[in-house]
Amino acid sequence: MTTTLTHLQRLEAEAIHIMREVVAEAERPVMLYSVGKDSAVMLHLARKAFYPAPPPFPLLHVDTTWKFRAMYDLRNRMATESGMELLVYQNPEALERGINPFDHGALHTDMWKTEGLKQALDKWQFDAAFGGARRDEEKSRAKERIFSFRSASHGWDPKNQRPELWNLYNARKHKGESIRVFPISNWTELDVWQYIQLEGIPIVPLYFAAPRPTVERDGMLLMVDDDRFRLLPGEVPVERSIRFRTLGCYPLTGAVESEATTLSEVIQETLLTTTSERQGRAIDKDAGGAGMEVKKQQGYF
Amino acid sequence: MSVAPSADAAYVTDALIAEDIDAYLDTHRHKTMLRFITCGSVDDGKSTLIGRLLYDSKMIFEDQLDALQADSKKVGTQGQEIDFALLVDGLAAEREQGITIDVAYRFFNTEKRKFIVADCPGHEQYTRNMVTGASTADLAVILVDARKGVLVQTRRHSYLCHLIGIRNVVLAVNKMDLVGYDQARYDAIVADYAVFARSIGIESFTAMPISGFKGDNITARSPNTPWYQGPTLIDHLETVEVLSSRDADKPFRMPVQWVNRPNLDFRGFAGLIASGSVKPGDAVRVLPSGKTSTVARIVTLGGDLDKAVAGQAVTLTLADEIDCSRGDVLAAADAPPQVADQFEATLVWMADEPMLVGRGYWLKLGTQTVSATVQQPKHTINVNTLEHLAAKTLDLNAIGVAELATDRPLVFEPYADSRTLGGFILIDKLTNATVAAGMLNFSLRRAQNVHWQALDITRDAHAALKHQKPAVLWFTGLSGSGKSTIANLVEKKLHALGHHTFLLDGDNVRHGLNKDLGFTEADRIENIRRVGEVAKLMSDAGLIVLTAFISPFRAEREMVRAMLPKGEFVEIFVDTPLAVAESRDVKGLYKKARAGELKNFTGIDSPYERPEWPELRVDTTAETSEAAAERIVDHILGARGDMWMPTI
Repeated sequence: MTTTLTHLQRLEAEAIHIMREVVAEAERPVMLYSVGKDSAVMLHLARKAFYPAPPPFPLLHVDTTWKFRAMYDLRNRMATESGMELLVYQNPEALERGINPFDHGALHTDMWKTEGLKQALDKWQFDAAFGGARRDEEKSRAKERIFSFRSASHGWDPKNQRPELWNLYNARKHKGESIRVFPISNWTELDVWQYIQLEGIPIVPLYFAAPRPTVERDGMLLMVDDDRFRLLPGEVPVERSIRFRTLGCYPLTGAVESEATTLSEVIQETLLTTTSERQGRAIDKDAGGAGMEVKKQQGYF
Repeated sequence: MSVAPSADAAYVTDALIAEDIDAYLDTHRHKTMLRFITCGSVDDGKSTLIGRLLYDSKMIFEDQLDALQADSKKVGTQGQEIDFALLVDGLAAEREQGITIDVAYRFFNTEKRKFIVADCPGHEQYTRNMVTGASTADLAVILVDARKGVLVQTRRHSYLCHLIGIRNVVLAVNKMDLVGYDQARYDAIVADYAVFARSIGIESFTAMPISGFKGDNITARSPNTPWYQGPTLIDHLETVEVLSSRDADKPFRMPVQWVNRPNLDFRGFAGLIASGSVKPGDAVRVLPSGKTSTVARIVTLGGDLDKAVAGQAVTLTLADEIDCSRGDVLAAADAPPQVADQFEATLVWMADEPMLVGRGYWLKLGTQTVSATVQQPKHTINVNTLEHLAAKTLDLNAIGVAELATDRPLVFEPYADSRTLGGFILIDKLTNATVAAGMLNFSLRRAQNVHWQALDITRDAHAALKHQKPAVLWFTGLSGSGKSTIANLVEKKLHALGHHTFLLDGDNVRHGLNKDLGFTEADRIENIRRVGEVAKLMSDAGLIVLTAFISPFRAEREMVRAMLPKGEFVEIFVDTPLAVAESRDVKGLYKKARAGELKNFTGIDSPYERPEWPELRVDTTAETSEAAAERIVDHILGARGDMWMPTI
């Protein structure tokens, strides 16, 4: 008798296999947890991979203090439920200088996220960090290995990646060097949504449509999540039925108008949509066509 | 925009998505997956074909399309029309040079399947990236430019695909629009390819005339090729049998990745099932130990399973408490895989540095990692002529057949039977780079017939008679650093104290045992290997051995260290700066090297890799040879204290 696995079963098995390889070969692994839907899937896969033990590594949230409130709520709940240690890191220099998305633009991402991540990895001496990046997200990600090697200064050299054959991963590295590992590299946005639905994985309510206070700015719909949001002269928050396709720092992440209140409806909208997922994020537009590649070489995830 | 979508976009299912999303999702969750690669010569249109597949399956969004149209006008190669290649060439360097450097993975769906396509570079210097893409593929689409026909790269890539075990091959004769959809031209190319395919053992392939740029025979039969009766590319990709599902019918094998031990009551073995299936109650054997037990449970977060099959990642518990850890393989008790430590293998070399015969590399196969050495290749393969050529080593992108030996037994199957238990990578021990992909062909009988002879007089007995603990004092450093001088002094002092010693000197050994060796990197490795073996035999005989060799490579010093019992290898780094050694130039060698009369001279045109953690370091600019020798003797007699006493 031959049983052919479905594509989701194959993708799940691949991700679990990758996570176990890292735990077997790395000294101090960590899972980056950004509270988004990809992180939700990653956490769920980790719990499956190591059951009945809890995943043998901590969760690391590189915080910017500017995430949506609903994200902090779910983060704390999931850490408790999974029985994993939750490490939260905020770049002290960014905190001290009051770096924020309103006044500092690209510097906000650079200091809180890129620098914050490097500092956190150095502080706890992690030598392998799981990330939820997918190859369908962006052009330079499509070229990245599953085990992506970083120099001691966290740089990525896209022209000199290790060949990655079969499902054999070379996790060897020198002291100080580290590996970013992407277990859901081969998943698409649709796969992620469908897996969330099939497995009943909790996600941030902001992915579902609800009436929320918003302003329209530079062609993006921004949600007014708390009173730190600075309204420009003449701007008045308007309540619209919106949801988010991707979640980042709230003033940088654009919402879409939507009536989708169930997962099926969200998936339906996703499939019928005509703009790509990262379109709601300002970060990809910073440096022209090669924006993400440059950021990754500098150490961005 | 100037490029129209294919007339019949068969795999776009907007209507169903809009009308009944739950019905659509139900179909989608039962889809299977096909992984394939596109390869062929530079400019045969690989990236364009993939851009076309993504475009027709609506995997390109409006914002991406806008950017693509702008880029096409700016840097595109298709005039005013959309240059799909810009969509998939993701790295800045690729977009600038208009070529594909690395494998890019792309995704699209049809109603029947999810597809992962690896877009592989065509240039010869990126062949290793192509092999990477091929290693996970079920099918290969080999593109040929209808104007150019079968080229060198076409042959090379076909051969590599076949070598790596891809049994589904599509010959896509592309750019048919540029030859006026000429059937005679198409037939000639197919016939030409058929001859080549047969000669390398490709039993069958599916040929089709297409235009990735215009969309002919991609999703719908093209009116431009009425003479073609076969399937469209998408039809074929949707219906071809996924060969990896055949793994399910083979005997059960699961390499153990990780032992799950959350508490004293649970001991589970986690792994990805490589082949076959498993049920509670099945008899299994742990290899290489050979111990047997039965499967108790198949544990998952969602509850225990009745059965698990090839491709699933599971955690098994066994009925008995038997030894089993990462690197072991759980297998059907009545059909276990083989265990051996010498093999014939086919290697694809992937590093800029050529293979070094005799150098120890890490070999990773499944979850097993061992140390392996490769012999001189039996032959390499010229993939254009399929000639077998003699070779001393393997260079970047070379394919060769060679024997290799591992320091511990490997659980394996020939690659033809199992990608998981027959495919391996070699890793450089110093740089940690993946330097080769390999496929085990078979084990060598020799390994089964040469046994160790048990000796009655043990090494401890030899040492006891001499009232000493054997050791190898390994002096390493640049030519002229003072190794021989200090080693001589140390030996004199030990001799005066009544110890049995022997000094192996680099120059002297090269007059006899190693007079057949030169100074290439490979010969230097062999030089040290032989000296290491001799030093080991002498220490077995109870002697304190002193060696004075430049021994420039860390890997070989570590190899000798690994041959000896713990604590017996004492690495002494004679650390003299190059300028100082050169100014002494006792033998006049530096002068010759600088004049270009001596090649591969350490420190001049060949590297010296400094020891990272030597047991002792001597700075000859701060300490006399006499003082250094005194310190070494003190260190050995003192630091080794009780170890210095006979152990019997």
